[in-house]
Amino acid sequence: MLSALTPWIDYTVNGLVIGNIYALLAVGLALIFGVADLINFAVGSVFSFGAYIGWVCAAYLKLPLPVTILVVILASALLGIVIERFGTRPLQGRSRIAALLVTIGIGLIIDQLLQIIFSPDPRALPSGLPDRRFTIAPGATIGTLDLLIAGVGSASGLALWLFLSRSRIGWAIRATAQDSEAARQVGIFTDRMNMLVFALASSLGGVGGLLIGMYYNNIDPSMSFNATLKGIVAAMVGGLGSLPGAIIGGLVLGLTESYGIGIFGASYRDLFAFVILLLVLVFRPQGMFQRAGRAPEPLTGTFIAWSRPLRLPRPVQAAILLVVLVLPLAGQPYVTQIGINALIYGLAAMSLTLVAGTVGQVSLGHAALLAIGGYASALFAANLGWPVALTIPLGGVVAAALGTVLIYPAFRMSGHYVSIASMAIAEIVALVILNWTGLTGGSMGLSGIPPLAIGPIDLSDARSTYYICLGLVIVMALLQARLLRSHLGRSLRAVRDDAIAAKSFGLSPSRYKMIAFLFGGFGAGLAGAISAHLFSYIDSNTFGLDLSILVLTIVILGGLGNIAGALLGAVLLVALPELFREVAQYRELVYGLALILLIRFRPQGLLGTA
Amino acid sequence: MNLLSIQSIRTFYGPVQVHHDVTLEVRPRQIVSLLGGNASGKSTLMKTVLGIVKPRQGRVMFDGADITGRPTAAIIRRGIASVPESRRLFQGLTVRENLLLGAYSRQDTQAIAEDLDRILTLFPRLSQRLRQRAGVLSGGEQQMVAMGRALMSRPKLICMDEPTMGLSPLFVDQVLSLIQTINAEGVAVLMVEQNASLALRIAHHAYVLQSGRIVLQATGAAMAADPRIQDAYLGRTETAA
Repeated sequence: MLSALTPWIDYTVNGLVIGNIYALLAVGLALIFGVADLINFAVGSVFSFGAYIGWVCAAYLKLPLPVTILVVILASALLGIVIERFGTRPLQGRSRIAALLVTIGIGLIIDQLLQIIFSPDPRALPSGLPDRRFTIAPGATIGTLDLLIAGVGSASGLALWLFLSRSRIGWAIRATAQDSEAARQVGIFTDRMNMLVFALASSLGGVGGLLIGMYYNNIDPSMSFNATLKGIVAAMVGGLGSLPGAIIGGLVLGLTESYGIGIFGASYRDLFAFVILLLVLVFRPQGMFQRAGRAPEPLTGTFIAWSRPLRLPRPVQAAILLVVLVLPLAGQPYVTQIGINALIYGLAAMSLTLVAGTVGQVSLGHAALLAIGGYASALFAANLGWPVALTIPLGGVVAAALGTVLIYPAFRMSGHYVSIASMAIAEIVALVILNWTGLTGGSMGLSGIPPLAIGPIDLSDARSTYYICLGLVIVMALLQARLLRSHLGRSLRAVRDDAIAAKSFGLSPSRYKMIAFLFGGFGAGLAGAISAHLFSYIDSNTFGLDLSILVLTIVILGGLGNIAGALLGAVLLVALPELFREVAQYRELVYGLALILLIRFRPQGLLGTA
Repeated sequence: MNLLSIQSIRTFYGPVQVHHDVTLEVRPRQIVSLLGGNASGKSTLMKTVLGIVKPRQGRVMFDGADITGRPTAAIIRRGIASVPESRRLFQGLTVRENLLLGAYSRQDTQAIAEDLDRILTLFPRLSQRLRQRAGVLSGGEQQMVAMGRALMSRPKLICMDEPTMGLSPLFVDQVLSLIQTINAEGVAVLMVEQNASLALRIAHHAYVLQSGRIVLQATGAAMAADPRIQDAYLGRTETAA
């Protein structure tokens, strides 16, 4: 009887250990959310940073564990201070989604720097602790490292609680979180409190990274992404801004994952986190442990910097069109290839600029629409043998329909929540693709996708592909421009600018968001479908969060809502780095910097918002 | 010498000019009232003193130093305390924590403890409330915490924005006499008040602000007797106040 329980004791121990790490991340997020009203997407990168500093200390310099922990705390705190001072502080008074996007950019830069310095390959991070295991029940044991993690987790929780509840600086932090203007009026320098909180939160995150690295005896730069997501899920489950909630949220998430893996297997691990996140977002946005009345302020306000869109003079327009038309005839195949890439990204960016710019739904999950379109078209063509010329638009239709249905629950959310919900939905789509092996090939991906063709005419050579993409871009751009000029376009912008006012004039925000997602989903689906036939192979990683972020950066670069801007952004961010080969390997660095600089200095984008 | 002197201030919200060459003075130990209707620029003037709003032109001098455009926290540390509009207590913190945060800029632990005792004798109701969250207190009690919090910094000047707003008549009288008590201990008061008759009852000096200009200034008593003030802010046309 007891032996049947043994694995469950192990799952529980494991869940609590991982839960402790999630709690460290979530507490840091909650602290920052409290004082700065911001979800810090760089949290995972700080986590990786902590792990690598730990590796330098423990594995490279062979320092003893307490020294390692101390160095990690200090170095991570310093990184937090840098992030606050140069990343988020200059954005005070701007829409908080702007600061959120900047933390994404900072995360990209940290991750890429870690990759450059330490190489993308995994490294071992031994804890150096004696590997003793203590029996806690017949057959179930607990190791020294488990105890260390539990100890560090509870000790930092306790220390933080004492600090916040007993010290004057702790009170000042809480005062700043509750009302920063009033805090300044009692003589608190709130900027210093912000900085202190970023330092505290980052040291918690860095230590979390060190501990998890030791726990798995393995670190690599890609662990950032997962850490960010898990931290956010834990913090949202507990209720953003609530510290006890963050701790409980972390433990609940750790246990759920651990039991879930025990029942369903490891490949479903991340699915639990996202399903929990979506359920919380939809049904209890104030978190599971806070009363409904005390929900954090909805982070309203979209990221739009008012400006007048630039109009290119006619001769310039004509010249650009001419260059674009003759490019494959005159240029080398390599240039044509880059042109195809830029066009596909342009197609995706145009669809996102409608959703994120015109309607103000800053989606971090746009890649999922491309994935749906790509898989749909590939499966219709490969499995059913339908002609590619039919399956590509069909892919667009499927992406539009399925994407809109999936995002529908997020329509009543605003600000941050839309971004997080769309990201969660995209991750769930990727996980379903990964696990629905029968349909999608799972981790093997789909290969042998038929090439582009119309009937018997093969169009898979670079030049034809280029013209197909160009044609689609032109058609979609004209349609979208027509849409924006119409009465419908005005309604879409009205929903973005003031949903409540729009409602009081009888416009239904949900209906207009749906129209935007249907149209945008179709465009994104087309882009995904074309990519699938172009690559002839896709898997669940082809369309990931990095793609969503890149497309969003393109859109911001061009000017939110601006069609020509989306295309220009695609050329600048996709084509230019390819032309300069040496830049291409530092692509994430370029994207991150572009995102930060744009939001800080030219939030209206190059061609202006529309 | 003046404790506070606002000199030809011009303030803007974007393209909209709020203050047109506003000049105002508060002497030590004086209660100065700032009257005016909605959107006359009263609260903005208070915010300019506190460094929340920065003037485009003009100077704010306090205690011999130019504080124009300094950060709010730095201004507070020079000896100005604020009782903000609608009190803005730290709702989730206890009354004791709120009061002690008022002394955040001070380091003299011993004297802070003494001041806390002194404030509790001034506001005896708060003694039983020390461990409760500020958010659960009644409006009048919250006003007391806000005033106590301001006093905890041992200010030379307290800026009060609508200290009687939303209070029951019983509390209004209490708050007014408390302001006089505080003032008797040597603290100057600059207060914004919509209710002119209340404000003039205790003010030594008063200014009337209209569309961002000072249109009238006089001693409190002279102002209360002025027929123009009676017409506009007292007596018959109460709604204009």
